[in-house]
Amino acid sequence: MNGYGLYVWSAFMFTLMSFASLYLITKLQLLKEQKKYIIKFGKLNEAKAAVVREQKINKEILLNTIITKI
Amino acid sequence: MFDFFRIGKIFEISSKLTKYVFVLFIIVLTIGLTEALFLSPEDYKQSHSVRIMYVHVPAAWMALGIFSMITFLSVGTFIFKNKKFFLISKSLAPSGFIFTIIALITGSIWGKPTWGTWWAWDARITSMLILALFYFMYLLSWRIIENENNAIKISSLIIIVGAINVPIIKFSVNWWNTLHQGPSIKIMSDTTIHSSMLIPLGIMTAAFALFSLLIFLMKFNTEMIRIKNKGLDRL
Repeated sequence: MNGYGLYVWSAFMFTLMSFASLYLITKLQLLKEQKKYIIKFGKLNEAKAAVVREQKINKEILLNTIITKI
Repeated sequence: MFDFFRIGKIFEISSKLTKYVFVLFIIVLTIGLTEALFLSPEDYKQSHSVRIMYVHVPAAWMALGIFSMITFLSVGTFIFKNKKFFLISKSLAPSGFIFTIIALITGSIWGKPTWGTWWAWDARITSMLILALFYFMYLLSWRIIENENNAIKISSLIIIVGAINVPIIKFSVNWWNTLHQGPSIKIMSDTTIHSSMLIPLGIMTAAFALFSLLIFLMKFNTEMIRIKNKGLDRL
């Protein structure tokens, strides 16, 4: 690259590494919250769990967590 | 009016959309990187160092675009007292901050072979550094303020004050004599960049926008589950 290789590659590497880091941090935070949710949901009694399951968002979270585990 | 912003609906869409956005991002990024690093021509003046433009410029555009969006949402939070706007802006901020850092670092790397220095206290560069500080203060306010209502008010204020900096960044190259070059891509007049460079730049901008969307969706889902976790505690 006419002597500019070091500058070009380091700029691209820094960008890609920043992307990978932010993606990993965000993914780990998501998984942590999902895990917390499942633990808390597991501790609910049948009646409370049924109430929770009725809400659309809760249904979606439970479905996504199952898919993630598969 | 705010039916589009119904939290339940957004969560339903965001949880389904994430994997598709991820696949699309990888495809667009691969095409963009191939174009930017191997297929696009070198510049007659800057030679191959011009390739840094393909990460520097989209990062700067995204950083400013996201900050502007967060500003509108923060004003919306104040006017309409709508916390949903806030949840969206909170999910947008991490990618905006990363894009600002990328713009600053890649700009510095590009500055060395072009200007002969890594850093200059020039109007455009300094105002971008101030933008990074506002992003940082916004994210930090969430970490240190425990009361949610106070966090909403203070972080929204930080963004609204920081919005003064956005036109300064945009017009800094016109208002002052700076090391930084003027805009090559103009909305109101002809673009001074050749299509062989404009196309890879467009593809890389699309890849960056998709990455921002991906992080937004994941962060939004995380925030939603966090709210629901608090709800389970109250049961």
